[in-house]
Amino acid sequence: MPKTIYLDNAATTMMKPDVLEAMMPYLTEMYANPSSIHSFGAECNVACEKARKTIAGLINAKDNEIYFTSGGSESDNWAIKSVAFMKKDKGRHIITSAIEHHAVMETCEFLAGNGFEITFVGVDEKGILKLDELKAAIRPDTILISVIYANNEIGTIQPIREIGEIARSNGIIFHTDAVQAFGHIPIDVEKDNIDLLSASAHKIHGPKGVGMLYMKNSARITPLIHGGPHERKRRAGTLNVPGIVGFGKAAELSKKEMAESTDRIREMRNYLIDRILGEIPYSRLNGDKDRRLPGNVNISFRYIEGESMLMMVDMKGISASTGSACASGSLDPSHVLLAIGLPHEIAHGSLRMTLSEFTTKEELDYTVDALKEVVSKLRSMSPLYEDAIKNKEV
Amino acid sequence: MQYSAKVMDHFTNPRNVGEIEGASGVGTVGNAKCGDIMRVYLDIDDNGIIKDVKFKTFGCGAAVATSSMATELIKGKSIDEALKLTNKSVMEALDGLPTVKVHCSVLAEEAVRAALWDYAEKKGIKIEGLEKPVEDLEDSHHEDLHTED
Repeated sequence: MPKTIYLDNAATTMMKPDVLEAMMPYLTEMYANPSSIHSFGAECNVACEKARKTIAGLINAKDNEIYFTSGGSESDNWAIKSVAFMKKDKGRHIITSAIEHHAVMETCEFLAGNGFEITFVGVDEKGILKLDELKAAIRPDTILISVIYANNEIGTIQPIREIGEIARSNGIIFHTDAVQAFGHIPIDVEKDNIDLLSASAHKIHGPKGVGMLYMKNSARITPLIHGGPHERKRRAGTLNVPGIVGFGKAAELSKKEMAESTDRIREMRNYLIDRILGEIPYSRLNGDKDRRLPGNVNISFRYIEGESMLMMVDMKGISASTGSACASGSLDPSHVLLAIGLPHEIAHGSLRMTLSEFTTKEELDYTVDALKEVVSKLRSMSPLYEDAIKNKEV
Repeated sequence: MQYSAKVMDHFTNPRNVGEIEGASGVGTVGNAKCGDIMRVYLDIDDNGIIKDVKFKTFGCGAAVATSSMATELIKGKSIDEALKLTNKSVMEALDGLPTVKVHCSVLAEEAVRAALWDYAEKKGIKIEGLEKPVEDLEDSHHEDLHTED
C-alpha cells in the first residue's frame, strides 16, 4: 500500500500535474500585472479571462458574472455581508440552513450580533432542507436565503432548484455555498435560480488560495474588499494570476471528465459504504444514500469516538476526518450531525472518508480491513460497548 | 493539534485496559454529550493497597492516554496515595496536554475518585478527603483549568 491513503478530499484535493503545468509560466516568466496597460500585462489578462470563461461555462453563467476571490470563505463572506449591507433598509432578516459550512454560519452569527435576525431552517434525518419550514420562515423583511448546495460533512445535495424558485417568487436574493458541489456535479445557475454562488479551486484539484463568487448581473452586490478597479470594481487586489489560471485548468478538466469520473467515484463510494455497513456491525450511514456527493462517505460507528478512530486509522496510513467534538477543539460534535437528529454519542463516533478520482479499490479494501481492526479494538476498550453487552443490546 | 510522544505511546499501547470481575470499586464519570466516558475498576486488598486497576474509556486520544496514565500512577499504591492523584500529576506524567484536552485529565482524576468512593460505600467506610463524585461532570469539567502553557 502507498504511504498515504488519502480519503480527505472534501478538505482539499491533490493538485493535478496538468494544473501545475498550466500555472508554471505564470509563476515564472509571465509575471506581469494583468491590470497593466502594456502588452505584457495584457497577455496575463488574457490568461485570466480564459479561465473566467471556462469557469463560467461550468455553471452556465456569463463570463462577466464570475468574480475571482481568495477562496470559498471569502466568497461566502462577501455574498452574505454585502447583501446585508445593501438591503439593510429594506429588511434585516436572513434565512439559512442548520447545516451550513462555518464560513456561512459564522458570518450569519456575526450579523445576528449586529442588528440582523437569522432563521436557521432545519433539515430532515437525511440532511435535506425542510422546504415547508423554509416557506414558513419567509417574512416581508427577508433579504437573503443562503443554503449550501451540497453539505461538506454528510454530502447531502439540496433541492437547490426548488429553493431558488421559492426565493425568486418572493423577490429574495438566493446565495448558495457550492464549494463541495462545483466541478463535482452539474450546476446550472439559470435553471437553479441562483443569484450568488461560492466556489473554490482546491476542492477540484486546483491550487489553494483562489475561488470565485458568481454574481448574476441582475443581482450585483457591493464590494467586500475596496481599493481598485479590479474585477469590474467589485473586488480590489491584484489578480492571483497563477491561481486563477490553475483554477481555470482544474475547471476545464472537471468539465471534460465529470460524467465519467463521477460515475466511477460514485461506484467506489457505494462499494465502500456497502462493505463497511455489511461487515462492521452497529455502523450507520449519515446522510442520504442517493442524493449525495459522488465521493462522500460518512459513517457513525456506535460505542466509539471519532478522534481516537481517526488517530488509529492515521497510524495505518489513512487520512480521514471526523465530526467528533474532540477533533475540533470544541465540546459539541458537528452541528450537521446534530441537525440530522443524531444523539451526541453517535455523532461523536462519526468518520468521514471522501474519495477522489485517484482513489483505488485496493485502497478501499485496505481501509475496510483497517477499520474493522480499529473499530473492534476501540470497542473492546469502550465502557459503552461493555454496557451494551450487559444490556444485551449487542 | 500536537500530542506529546508520551500521550501517543499511552494511546497506542494503553496500559491496564479491561474489566475486573467482582472489583472492590468501580467508578464511571463523564457523559456522551461531550464525548468522554471513563470507567475505572479497582482491586483493593485488606491492607488498602490497590493490587490491580483496569479501565475502559470512550473518548479521544487524550482521554485514552490520561486513563492509561492515571491507572499506571495508582497501581500498587495505597488509597491515601491514590487520593493524591490530580489532573495535574496525570498531565505532567504525560508531558502535557493541548489546552482543549485538559478536561480529559480532570476526568481521569475523577474516575479514580469515583471508583474509590464506590469501594468505600461497599465497605461501609469513610475515606478521609474523599467526596461523593459528581454524577454528571458536564458542567464541572468544562471550566477553565490550570494548564501548562
